[in-house]
Amino acid sequence: MKTTDSKNGLLKIENLQVEYITDDARVFAVNGLNLEIEKGETLGLVGETGAGKTTTALSVMRLLPPKVGRVIGGSILLDGIDIIHAGEADMRALRGSLVSMIFQDPMTSLNPVLTIGDQIAEVLIFHDRYNNRTDVNRRVDEILRLVGLSPERKNEYPHQFSGGMKQRVVIAIALACEPKLLLADEPTTALDVTIQAQVLEMMKELQEKLHTAVILITHDLGVVAQTCNRVAIMYAGEIIETGTVDRIFHAKRHHPYTEGLFGSIPDLTKKTRRLNPIDGLMPDPSNLPAGCKFHTRCPKCIDICRTIHPRSSVRDGHSIRCHLEGEGGVPVAGETAGGEQT
Amino acid sequence: MFKYIMKRLFLMIPVIVGISFILFLIMDLTPGDPARAILGDYATQEQIAALREEMGLNDNFFVRYFRYAVNAVQGDFGKSYRTSVPVVEEIYARFPATLQVAFQAIMLSILLGVPIGVVSAVRQYSAIDIVSIATALIFTSIPAFWFGLMLILLFSLKLGWLPAVGADSWKHFIMPSVTLAAAQLATTIRMTRSTMLEVIRQDYIRTAMAKGATRRCVIFKHALRNALLPVVTVLGIGFGNLLGGALIVESVFGISGLGTLMVNSVKSKDAPMLVASVMFAALVGSLVNLGVDVLYTYIDPRVKIQYLRRAKS
Ligand SMILES: Nc1ncnc2c1ncn2[C@@H]1O[C@H](COP(=O)(O)OP(=O)(O)O)[C@@H](O)[C@H]1O
Ligand SMILES: [Mg+2]
Repeated sequence: MKTTDSKNGLLKIENLQVEYITDDARVFAVNGLNLEIEKGETLGLVGETGAGKTTTALSVMRLLPPKVGRVIGGSILLDGIDIIHAGEADMRALRGSLVSMIFQDPMTSLNPVLTIGDQIAEVLIFHDRYNNRTDVNRRVDEILRLVGLSPERKNEYPHQFSGGMKQRVVIAIALACEPKLLLADEPTTALDVTIQAQVLEMMKELQEKLHTAVILITHDLGVVAQTCNRVAIMYAGEIIETGTVDRIFHAKRHHPYTEGLFGSIPDLTKKTRRLNPIDGLMPDPSNLPAGCKFHTRCPKCIDICRTIHPRSSVRDGHSIRCHLEGEGGVPVAGETAGGEQT
Repeated sequence: MFKYIMKRLFLMIPVIVGISFILFLIMDLTPGDPARAILGDYATQEQIAALREEMGLNDNFFVRYFRYAVNAVQGDFGKSYRTSVPVVEEIYARFPATLQVAFQAIMLSILLGVPIGVVSAVRQYSAIDIVSIATALIFTSIPAFWFGLMLILLFSLKLGWLPAVGADSWKHFIMPSVTLAAAQLATTIRMTRSTMLEVIRQDYIRTAMAKGATRRCVIFKHALRNALLPVVTVLGIGFGNLLGGALIVESVFGISGLGTLMVNSVKSKDAPMLVASVMFAALVGSLVNLGVDVLYTYIDPRVKIQYLRRAKS
């Protein structure tokens, strides 16, 4: 792992803890998550449903559902800004300009009563990118072309577009102000398979053109292999393994959960590169097990796993959070065992 | 759009015809002789028989209805049995007072109800929210005549601020409008609140926030316009109810409007007056509904497409 003061560092999340308070439970959605991303880099964030991926992204945007969701610990530094303690006005200035987020479902992400042109123009106006309406309109046309839509359609409403086209509009909105970081939460899961590839291809092109760093939340390991520089694998609110794509797909040693996901041998040539289902269910985040959170499903579980929460061991930038990795690995200094609050 | 509006106007014709036919039939089936009503208790049998002949009352029901319809199409809705004044004149004289009360009531419920509903939703479960829900609940449950009487007791008899009856100045219209607005206001608050609560949870609201929109922009530009559609529907229906509710309010506050006119026509079996005034009220109601539907298309582009498609088919 890189150090904080790396020149290229863009986002650094340390020991993030997020909970949701619902009527009947406290849900520990994120439990001591550490994540770093450099400028221009693409990080794939992979994990089962309920692992806390969306919650992590929403925390960076500081858009957790008010009153229900809150950050209870840790820090988020984005381009040197302390997200957790920033004022609301400062956050508004960041959202859409320094950091953008694409939500999972394009069908419901756009406002049905505003034209798509208006919805793109709005983000430019919020961030005072242009002084007059003509320049805004010119930029709207430009960005529409960039995402492969005809500028003539800017006066149309979302219901006049297909799912894939809507997601292009959503991407246009997210990238209109050329943010340094894009949080893409399963941007293609809701789309047809054929459209998925097109949209991903377009995102990749744009990202390279604009030098945007991307956190790509996905279930698709094939997508990760094709588009990401690094991968972080998330389980029950923490990162249990992270490393370069090359490492994750080719290293011999893995976290048992990752091995499970990959179906023991990652085979990139196989057609189905979806996550492998693993026996058992993810623990209920309102009632997490002690020790390693994966021990209830882990085929390699040993005594220590049931009681002590493992630290991450790092070898050549490949970090694994597992007791079996303890010998030979270097424990990350200063890292606390998160998620053991009750 | 023009085509759509014309089509809707055209469709009102059968509605009006149907209403007039049914009313005509009901008036015909109820006991009592219009000729006797007109001539009074001291008329002789011969006088009554002569008048019946003159008015064509001895003809078959369908003949009479047809004659009425032909005259009506030419703008002649007959004369009141009671006062011999042409009914159209009477309706025109009475309608403004009713319209004023209904219009003020609807404005009151929009101007108060929508903002209160929005604040209530945005600050769900706050003191403001609880107070406004409670108020809405009370206003829904109080009968209009009782509420009107209480207002009179307080503001006219006790405080002496407002005149109790009549329709001579703007002051006379305050209490009737408030009385009529109460129930509508409650509905508007509840409707605005619940649709706002629903809309606020939508993904596109989160998208707007992710773009860096201010709270105000999110609420008024992104949320309210989406929440307004059901509210407008309720207001459209409400306006019809208000015209009906005017009847009670007019009686309580002694305003001679369309409502009291209808009641009196029923009491005195004044068929031409009743048929024409109900037809008129139905016409106004249909026009308001059409207005609401047209308003939809400005609020929600999806509706416009639907209408245009339907109008074509
Ligand atoms: N608004 C919410 N209220 C309560 N619990 C929530 C809410 N949103 C998410 N959660 C819970 O938090 C956990 C993590 O959810 P999420 O971040 O959406 O996971 P992912 O995106 O990886 O599928 C899940 O157990 C989910 O049920
Ligand atoms: Mg998710």
